[in-house]
Amino acid sequence: MAVDTETVKRIAFLSRLKVNDDKIKDTEQEFNNIFNWIEQLNEVNTDNVAPLESVNDFNLTLRDDEVTDGNCRDEVLANAPDAEYGYFVVPKVVE
Amino acid sequence: MSDLTKLTVAEARDGLRKREFSSVELTKAYISKMEESRRLNAYVTETPEHALEQAAVADEKYRNGIAGELEGIPMGIKDLFCTKGIRTTACSHILDNFVPPYESTVTSKLLQAGVTVLGKLNMDEFAMGGSNETSCFGPAINPWKAKGSDADLVPGGSSGGSAAAVAAEMCAAATGTDTGGSIRQPAAFCGVTGIKPTYGRCSRYGIIAFASSLDQAGPIAKDVRDCAALLKVMSGYDAKDSTSAKVNVPDFEAVLGQDIRGLKIGIPREYRPEGLNEEIAACWDKGIAMLRDRGAEIVDISLPHTKYALAVYYIIAPAEASSNLARYDGIRYGLRVPGEHLDDLYINTRSEGFGAEVKRRIMIGTYVLSAGYYDAYYLKAQKVRRLIRNDFLEAFKKCDIILTPTAPTGAFALGDKSMKDNPINMWLNDVFTVSVNLAGLPAISLPAGVSGQGLPLGLQLIGRAFDEETVLKTAYALEKDVHFVRK
Repeated sequence: MAVDTETVKRIAFLSRLKVNDDKIKDTEQEFNNIFNWIEQLNEVNTDNVAPLESVNDFNLTLRDDEVTDGNCRDEVLANAPDAEYGYFVVPKVVE
Repeated sequence: MSDLTKLTVAEARDGLRKREFSSVELTKAYISKMEESRRLNAYVTETPEHALEQAAVADEKYRNGIAGELEGIPMGIKDLFCTKGIRTTACSHILDNFVPPYESTVTSKLLQAGVTVLGKLNMDEFAMGGSNETSCFGPAINPWKAKGSDADLVPGGSSGGSAAAVAAEMCAAATGTDTGGSIRQPAAFCGVTGIKPTYGRCSRYGIIAFASSLDQAGPIAKDVRDCAALLKVMSGYDAKDSTSAKVNVPDFEAVLGQDIRGLKIGIPREYRPEGLNEEIAACWDKGIAMLRDRGAEIVDISLPHTKYALAVYYIIAPAEASSNLARYDGIRYGLRVPGEHLDDLYINTRSEGFGAEVKRRIMIGTYVLSAGYYDAYYLKAQKVRRLIRNDFLEAFKKCDIILTPTAPTGAFALGDKSMKDNPINMWLNDVFTVSVNLAGLPAISLPAGVSGQGLPLGLQLIGRAFDEETVLKTAYALEKDVHFVRK
């Protein structure tokens, strides 16, 4: 499964990253090197093997459905690059 | 008073308890070491005034007989742990002005036990790297040098600042995190000791996430006893981390010095591939002989899927990273680079904020999770991950603990060209350590010898899940025979 220029551009956009035009070819080459190396996994027979999502042998526990945190608006906003009137500021998204 | 920085955590703790010196004196000794060794770039944020305030409180507690387990011990904290009111950056430009309003669980446990915090330690950006060279603050430098050379060497990574600072006595001990070898490999490169506990042993709450199913915190320290003492404090169930395990935390120090006669030590044949560095192989053989001489039984074992571990890791870790790092959007915290539309803002912020290795992994992760490739890559990797874990479960039917080298080489030079040109060459550093993360097992690296160039080499001991006690007691026995001389 070779990675082509269009795929690099699409993956970059999905990642919300910019790949400059003069770097596209290098990135494409690097991706192909990496995925050629990863292809070795196809040697492994994984029929009837269940995917391992977590090494935990226990089930995740549910906590009581109650408020355990909050009332700290100013702390939450303290690191915001732009905040006004107690809100995060973003560019206009609705025309 | 600079001799105080030679003391291990356990020795310093004894001295403080006997009031042979004060925490303020001890902390001052480390602060001057920290200032003398700035060239190593181990700290990215120094907090000496804060440490001295804590030390004064510690001394007061000793006077009042209410000292904590590690009261007054000066530590450095990897810059991946959120520390309330102290800048925490993950060594990324995207977070370089972030001041957490809360404390990670592991560091709050350490604070409760009384440690003083000297500052935040350098690391690879978002813990992605094996040489500390991806840090936005530039690399930390290994205090060791090859014989007859003045060239700077990497401290390993990602916890490179932690290992360098402990080796250079710029802190009594440090925290680290390990996703694919990030505690063990730098510990090996710098001639210090580090343990990655079982997945779930330490809470991940407040540790900036890289790959959540693999990340674990652990100590990097001067010796095995210090690792045991620190791990006891850092461990424990935490409701704020859903993957944190509800298991008892033993007194890890209590097992040190116990007899290892009859213990079955597994030696995996796949870890001795054709072309394994001869010095590493010799160091490993010496470790095997030492354990045998102590009455342990050496058992040949097989971990047949070992060779696939790196490829599995470089699907799963980037996949999880691409998801975890989606939060850096320039809106709620961290860097913002403006853009006309919202997507422009995201793209501008992330393109300027992340370094090359982080971008590479985000894109790999995005690709393997994208429609049409998910089954072929991500699901396949998860299946092989299970086979890797099953290998260990099988092996532990025949042995109690596994001994391997920590890394395929000793420390290498900064700016190594083969690794710069091909990221896979850098990734190969983790060949002996990643399987352990994929299987969620505990493993320690301890210095076990020096190379012909005079550089430290590490051995790794891997245990069953939640059996850090066997790992630590075996490491302690090995340490006694190795007689490694720290930097």
